[in-house]
This record gives sequence, structure tokens and C-alpha cells, in this order.
Amino acid sequence: MKTPLSWLRDFAAFDTSEVSRLVTTLDELGLVVEGVEHVGEGLGDVVVALVEGVDAIPGADRIRLVTVDAGQGPLEVVCGAQNFAPGDLVPLAPVGAVLPGDVEIRRRTMKGAVSNGMLCSARELGLSDDHEGILVLNDVEGARPGVPLTDALGIAEDVVFDITVEGNRPDAWSVAGVARDLAGKLGLAFTLPDPAPALELGTPVEALASLEIEALDLCPRMVVGVLEGVRVAPSPRWLARRLLLAGMRPINNVVDASNYVMLELGQPTHPYDLDRLGGAGLLVRRARHGERLVTLDGVERTLGTPGRGLGDTGEDCLICDAEGSPIGIGGIMGGASSEISDSTTRVALEAAYFSPMAIARTSKRLGLRTEASARFERGCDPWGIDRAVDRVCELVGAPCAAGKLDVRGAVPEPERIFVSSRRIVAVLGVDIDVARAASLLEPIGFGAEPGDEGLLVTVPTNRPDIRPAPYGVEDVIEEIARTYGYSQIPGRQPAWPEPGGLTQHQKDRRLVADAMCGVGAYEAWTPSLVDDADHRAMGLFGPAVRVSNPIVKEEAWLRRSMLPGLVRALAWNANRRQGDVRLFEIGTVFSHPDVEGRGARGGSGGTQEAVLPGEHELLAAVLASAGDDARHAVAVWRVLAEALHLDAVDVVADGSIPGLHPTRAARLVARGHGGSTPIGALGEVDPEVAAAFGYEGGRVGWLEVDLGLVLDPNVASRRPSAARTISRFPSSDVDLALVVADGVPAAKVEAALVAAGGDLLESARLFDVYRGPGMPEGHRSLAFRLRFSAPDRTLTDDEVGRLRRAAIDAAEAATGATLR
Amino acid sequence: MIGTARFAEIERDAADALVSATSLAALAEAQTAVLGRRSALASAHRDLAGLDPEERRAAGKILHEIRTHLEALAAERGAALAARERAEMLDRDRLDLTEVTDDEVCSVIRRGRLHLVDQTRRELEDVFVAMGFTVAEGPEAETDWYNFEALNIPPAHPARSMWDTFYLDLGQPETVVLRTHTSPVQVHLMEEQAPPIHAVIPGRCYRRETADARHLPVFHQVEGLVVDHGITFADLAGTIETFTTAYFGADIHSRLRPGYFPFTEPSAEVEVTCTICRGKGCRTCSGTGWVELAGCGMVDPAVFAAVGIDPEEWTGFAFGFGIDRCAQMRHVIADSRVLGENDVRFLRQF
Repeated sequence: MKTPLSWLRDFAAFDTSEVSRLVTTLDELGLVVEGVEHVGEGLGDVVVALVEGVDAIPGADRIRLVTVDAGQGPLEVVCGAQNFAPGDLVPLAPVGAVLPGDVEIRRRTMKGAVSNGMLCSARELGLSDDHEGILVLNDVEGARPGVPLTDALGIAEDVVFDITVEGNRPDAWSVAGVARDLAGKLGLAFTLPDPAPALELGTPVEALASLEIEALDLCPRMVVGVLEGVRVAPSPRWLARRLLLAGMRPINNVVDASNYVMLELGQPTHPYDLDRLGGAGLLVRRARHGERLVTLDGVERTLGTPGRGLGDTGEDCLICDAEGSPIGIGGIMGGASSEISDSTTRVALEAAYFSPMAIARTSKRLGLRTEASARFERGCDPWGIDRAVDRVCELVGAPCAAGKLDVRGAVPEPERIFVSSRRIVAVLGVDIDVARAASLLEPIGFGAEPGDEGLLVTVPTNRPDIRPAPYGVEDVIEEIARTYGYSQIPGRQPAWPEPGGLTQHQKDRRLVADAMCGVGAYEAWTPSLVDDADHRAMGLFGPAVRVSNPIVKEEAWLRRSMLPGLVRALAWNANRRQGDVRLFEIGTVFSHPDVEGRGARGGSGGTQEAVLPGEHELLAAVLASAGDDARHAVAVWRVLAEALHLDAVDVVADGSIPGLHPTRAARLVARGHGGSTPIGALGEVDPEVAAAFGYEGGRVGWLEVDLGLVLDPNVASRRPSAARTISRFPSSDVDLALVVADGVPAAKVEAALVAAGGDLLESARLFDVYRGPGMPEGHRSLAFRLRFSAPDRTLTDDEVGRLRRAAIDAAEAATGATLR
Repeated sequence: MIGTARFAEIERDAADALVSATSLAALAEAQTAVLGRRSALASAHRDLAGLDPEERRAAGKILHEIRTHLEALAAERGAALAARERAEMLDRDRLDLTEVTDDEVCSVIRRGRLHLVDQTRRELEDVFVAMGFTVAEGPEAETDWYNFEALNIPPAHPARSMWDTFYLDLGQPETVVLRTHTSPVQVHLMEEQAPPIHAVIPGRCYRRETADARHLPVFHQVEGLVVDHGITFADLAGTIETFTTAYFGADIHSRLRPGYFPFTEPSAEVEVTCTICRGKGCRTCSGTGWVELAGCGMVDPAVFAAVGIDPEEWTGFAFGFGIDRCAQMRHVIADSRVLGENDVRFLRQF
């Protein structure tokens, strides 16, 4: 909100020489100053001058010698502009003048001609961006040679604050409101002048216009005044200037007066051409279902129909003429039919208090937000209406009918709230006594009666942010704190006996991320909102959860997999000649509730059970360093499993995992207390899928683990935490090369060996795989090293021999393996 | 002389060539030979020029049919060959993922890095854990109740315009959202756990805003919630200051000024010493020496009412700020969009 200091000074004697203090104070009050603009500065020395002659300078074709008179006789000035002639009035900056931007004017000699000043363009004067030529002032009333330019143009030096007002402070969204807060904090007297009564005619207003409200719940109060003998014309210069400084375009005296009062007092008003109002009056009613109206912006609006949002009942407040024809959407925007025109002579001026929630609903559903609706939805002062109407009448200056039409329903009255001293300390942690609190609240319009136990506060009706008790107590305390100064409340570091810390899941997640960094992977952050086509491209069919209002049409689905995002991230890097990379991500993937969802409190008031998408926290990794493939994915998984002390996760071949290479993929299946649970997948990305996401740089290893499962020891069991005694006796190794058919997983062979080894087996490790000459077709040799030891003795050769035999027999029985 | 017999011969030879191709490469060659510019078919087509119009039309029709047939045959053969080649490739590739030996575990000679946002999240968590906070988390999809209404933001309330919201196509329209802040986790915590509560809540949030240098539609927040006996605004101010100096350094301080959030009362904006100029005043801080970092306040009694906590017995404060923004401030990152690009040259700096 652009707020000129001169306007603020209409209400309190703010010191124009202390702008920075005003800014600081506004900030401390929560009226944040986003910018400060100095206007009309540096023009004090510039005067109006009459051009008497223009002469060529010998040897110069760009500049001319101009003789001007600024009331003190002829003066010669050199000038490069060509857009004026003798007889014109122009601005002259004499020698010694300092223009905006600290430009000092000096006597100069150009091509032998002496220049005793400078004729100025609008831009040089900081008045506009116009630099086409000298600002010609012939049409400016009051421009005479020698008159200071600021007097001629009616501009004075001013400071304009650009203030952001929080959404809960409609009272401060006005010049008077800002002045009230600021004056209170600075200890200055704040006065809201009563509008001088405009000339009142004998005709009672009831004889000229009518007012009826059918929808008193949507519009609890409306006031209408009538102006007669109005001459629609441009506004006086001072008023137009203030509107411009506040960022509003002047239109005509009636509309400008209405806008001026909205900016000044925060109350929107609406002037109608009374002679164009059917039945010479206003009727306020609910819009009928599907009723249509063309608003001032030329858009046809359909009303009275509930929208999509929660709590939208489709109730719209319509302003109609007395015959019932709609002429505007109450509090939001008028229609064109009864607009003020040049021929308007009688004005019905309407001001109302609308139900804030009703305005908010209608404005949101129609996507129509105006200066008026933004104020009404936050809540205007229902008892500030009369002043606003009087002020508009005063500014228009036309004669008024006697009295005003005033229809009221249940209009909010001032609330009274008791705030105990105990509560003030309990909330703020600083003891502000009741007398002090009263002295803080009173200047900003609150009534405050200090008592022994606390303060009885009367809340002014322009403060809809202060709720009724009990919540209003906190609201009043905030006002006390705000005016006391947040910075005056000393901080205190609280302490409590409960220890802080991470949960085991959070610690393990960090461990997982660190392990991934340890294997050379970089953590990435890929989009959660994706195109459903990505899912289909990786063979993931079925429903995805859709976003109703995406920013980008294609990015409208919650991801079901991180594969597309990670492969694309790989492609991004590969395209920048850095494809030798491993990436991982820890993030959420979503499932459609039709497949797997979860219930939660929902609906209006949280009274219904709503269905939400299932969410899974996954670790996913793409491995594309030189030589990376499914083997490396296995290796990375083993590092992770080791880091987490997992002891029972099987790698089970599976050719049907979406997105993965069908003959180089497996599921990770955990054996835990609750049986077997798939907890992830690993292998290689299907090359066709990788290509679909823009990566064709070779094999891509893939690892994906559901952290919610893998980190749950009930699902994926972990090695016991109790220390295992390490044998002090030497161990014996047995190497077995077993010929096994390709169709038999090595894991099956290993399981048989481990089972046969019993308690004496310390470890079993696959150390070589051989295919080639000497092997039967469709077979390979798997070489295992079994290490045996006993806690209490050295194993004899005999014992080791028996263990070896048992292992071979077990492998043969279980898998058909034969010793090579 | 062009005759039907000749056409049949051309067609038969061509079909033979296509069907007998045993690889995609051979098929491509065969296609050129029987359908290309130098094929018998093309030459037969050229010979049509010498015929009278009626004959030409009839013969042309036959040739066109032959071409269509051959093209279909080529496509069919192509699909079959592609499927076979993929099957062969898959078979050749077949790998028993349980026969990987440990020696194949590649020797790792370099280290990866956590994403800057994750590093920042950890640092923030660690600072708060050291101050006695636990770390809580919650879902990213929420109902209107958790994201708004229980936080004292009723349906259609104008304050909702403070958060541009993504709605999900589930249930009644506009009842399920992607959380716009981490605050719904506050509600879950207070519903599920009796006070005292001292928790920070990091997580991913969503706002329907076009990405620019300072905003991302998907971003990360950390929220704090303390509910205990005797908690006051002074405790809030102290906690914010302790955090600020602990995270940013001893010469960076915080201050509070009045603000508005529906779920806190009193509410405050947190400003901290500009980390660029260390408070001297620069372009980033518009010469003020301070930059906005966070929002905070005392938990509104209406929020306590929604979760059934007695506001006479318990008081509390909450705060929230952007993890990405902290990272941006600490590392002087001009454009936040670089955070989602996953370019390793960017990632490996931190």
C-alpha cells in the first residue's frame, strides 16, 4: 500500500525530518515498509520562465542560445532541445540549483556561448520518464514567469511509504489506520476529522430513493445517501495527485472521491447514477441458482452455484435495482448499467458491511479479487460506514438529500474481553502491568479498564482480527506485545528434562545415505510430480494419483517410482559429458488408494474419514560409473546390508519387475518374524526403458529399497547385538569347486553348504565363477571357500574331512551339484 | 510386355527375400532391394508409362496392392526379428544375481556427497537435537483438516490465499492436498502424543508457485513445536536466537517483529543479520542489514482446541523456515532452481 507522508499528516503531526525513524517504527509495528520513495525533491530552485528568443550559435547545429525571462530580466541559456519557441513557458533551473540525483547546475560555456542555467525535461525533474524535450508549461494554470515550479504544478516534496499490511489487519489497510498505529507508538495525538456536513437539501432521502435488504445474513448493513446537482468533472489537483501517489488513476470527481475514501478510511463505497437505477432504489438479495451478470470488466458471471471448494454453499450477494434487476456483485464488482457517466447529475452513494466469509467464498469461486473485495473479505468496520459516506459527500461537494437510508440486520457490536494479568505474563513471559497495558491499547482505539486482576478491554469494531473470548484474550495480548515492542521482550532459553535425539529410523536413514556416499554415489533430488506416461514407459501400469490443478499439464501425477527421475538425472549429466556417475535419492513414492491407501481425519471439521494415497520412503540408486552393471548393484546392496547388520535378506531372481532388465533383475526378500517380505529390487535398468528416459550410455545398475521395511527389524531381521566369541584356535579352510546347472541360483548352493557346516562353519564365501572349456553345456563352476573353526580346540584333519564330505553331499542333494 | 505373371513373380521373389531375412540388418537390406528405387517392383512401376490409360490404371492398382502387401510383410518380419533379437539379447545377458563374488565388488576410490539440502537438513536437525528437540516426520499428502482447518484456517478463509495449494483428485474436490507446509505434522503430534512436546519437523512441501530464483514449487521446510508448562514468548525469542547463533555463527543474530499466521498468536516474523554483509547493509538485505528467515509465534488456543489440549495448563510456541533458503543463504546461491538439477558439478561442491 503506497502511503504518502503528507496524507498521514492529516491525522497526526509526524515529523517530516525523521523519515528513517518512521520507517523503523512502522516495521516494529508489523507494518512492513518495503520501500521509501522521495517525490518532488530537489525542485525547490526551479522556476517557470518565459522564452523570449531563440538564436543560433555560430558553428553549432545541435545547441541554440535561448533568452528567457524568469521575472528578473533576460537570461541567456544554452539548450539542445528543439520542442519550444518564443512565447512558451518552460522550467528553468538557475545556476546553483541542485536537481534530483544531486545534479548541480553551474555556469558553463559551450561553443563560446555562456549558459546561465538549464531548461529541464520532465525526466530531469524526476516528474516522469519523458525525456523527449523540454517540459512545456503553457497549459498549466498558475504558471507565470518567476513562479516556483512546485507552486505552479501544485506538487510538494513528499515521501511515499510502500507498506505491506498483514492479512488480518484490514483496519491498517488505510492511511488513517496506519496513522493511528504510528501515532500511538510515537505518542502523538491522533485525530480523525469529522467530515464537514455537505450542503443539505430539504428533500428527505426517502423521497428520492429506496433501500431493501433481503439477505441480511450476507449483507448485515447498508447505508445509502443521495447527492443532487452533481457536475461530473476532473478531480481537484491535490486529490488527483494523492490518488496518483497511492498508485491509483484518477477518473472523475465522483469515482475519485469514492476511491480516495477507500484509501483513507478503508471503507469501499459505490456510487450509482440514480437516474439509471430502475425503481430509483437498491435491493440486496441472494443470487438465484445460475443467475448471470456481466461485471464491469466485461465478463459474464454465473452466480448462485456452489463451487468445488469445501464450505462453498454457492450463496452470492447481489445488488439489484429496486425492480430486482442485478446491477452488481455485492462488495466485489459492479455492473456497467448504472455506472457514473459524464451526464450523471444525481448519485446514490452506497456503503455496506458484507459478511467477510461470504465475500471470500464468492471472490474465490469467481476468481475475482478487487480492491473492495479484498477489504470486505478481511472485514471492514460496520460502524465506520457513516463516516465514509459523509466523507465522500464532502469531497464531491454537491448538495445532499436530508438523512441517509440505513438498513441493518445483526451488525457486530464491540466485544468486551477480560484479560488477566496472569495470562499476560503466562503468554509473553514479561510482566506488563495493567496500567501500562491500558496505555498501550487506548491510543489504537481499544477501551481498557484496569482492575486488580487484569484489564477489561473493549474491542473497537474496526478490529475483526480480535476474536471474542476466550481466543480473543490471546489476540489482545498480541496487541499489547506489538505496541510494547517485540524487541523489548528479552529472550530466554527454555530447558526441559526430556532428552532430544533422532529416532532409530532417522539414524539408520542417515547411515544408509552415508553408505551410499561411501560407494561413490551423489544424492539427487528428482521431481515428485511427474507425467503418468513416464510410469507407462517403464511398464508400471495401473492408477496414479492425479493433481487437480498442476502448474504444468504434464507434471500432474504423484510419482510411483523414482526410476524415471533418476535416469533422467543421469541423462542430464551424461549430456554434459559427466555420465560416469552414480546417483541416489531418498524420497517418497505414492500409491493410488485404489491399490493401497491410508485413512485419515478429513472433511469439514475433521469429522469424516478420508482416503489418502499410500506413501513409501524409498532409497533408489542408479549406477553408471565405468563398468557398472547389475553386479555392482549387488555389491552396493551388500555394502548397505552390511552397514545395517542385516542377516536374512535373499536375492531372488524375478524377470517381471517394471523397468528392470528381465534377465538381470532380482527382488530383495527379507526373512523376518512375520515371514518373507519383498523389501526392494536390484539389477539393471532395462536398456529400452533407459533409452525412453534419454539415457543410452550403456548398462545402468539399479537398486531400490523400501526404507520403511528394510529399517524395520521385525521385517528384516538383524544380527544379534550380543558379541560373538572369537575362537582363539586356528581355523581351517576348505575350497570346493562345484559344477552346477545355470538354472540353479548360487544362493541355493551356498544355503546348502551353510546348513551342512553347522556350528563349526565360520564363514562361506563364493570366490570364483567359471564358465567355458571343460564345463558341460549349461553349467558353471562355483568355487566356495568354507572356513571352519571350533571355540575350544583345533579341528583335526579328520574332522575337517568329514565336514567337507558333508558339505559336498548336502550341495549335491539339494542342487545336483558335482565336485569338479 | 508387362503381365500379371511377371507381377506375381516379382511379388513372390520379394516376399521370399523379406521372409528369409534372419536379422534386422538383413531385413533392412532386403527391404531396400525389393521395395527401393532399384527394385524390380519400382522398375515395373516405371514401365507403366508405356501403357494406355486403362491398362495403366489396372496394372498400377495391382502394383500398389503388391507394394502394400510387401510393406506389411516387412513390418511383420521386422517385429518378429526385433522380438527375437531382444529375446536373444536377454538370454545372453542372463545373470544370476546370487553368483556375484565379493571380488567383483568394485574398488571404490572416490566418495559421493549428500545433496546440499539434505546436508543442511542434518545440520539443522543436529542443532535442534542438541537443544533438546526430537525430530518428527509426517506424510506429504494430507487432508484439508490437517493442512488447514485444525490450524485455525477454516474452509474459504481468505488467509488460505497465503498458501497456493495443489489439490489431489481424491474424494470430494479440494479436500486432499499436497501439504503446503510442515505444520500438519504439528497437528498429528499433538493428536497422538500428550504434552510435553519438543520437536522439530523437517520435510518436503508443495506450493503451486512457478519456480523462480527464490521459490520452488517443491521445497523443504523445518518446523518447530514446543508445548510444555510455562512456555512463553520470551522462550520463543530465546530459542530462535540460540538457534541462529548456533547455525549461522556467533555474529549472526535474530529479531522478531509482528506478523500474522492463523495458527499462532502472538505471531512474529524472524529476521536475522544479513549473512552477505554481516549486518552492514547491502543489496540482498535492501540496505537494512536484516533478512527475513522464518515465521513463528505462540500456538493459537484455537489450534489447541482442535487437538484437545487444555490451553490453560499448557502453552507452546511454533516456528517454521525453509531448509532450501538456509542453504541458499549459507552458500550464496543466487538461483534456487539449481537445487533440483542434480548436476554433479554442483553437487560435489558441498
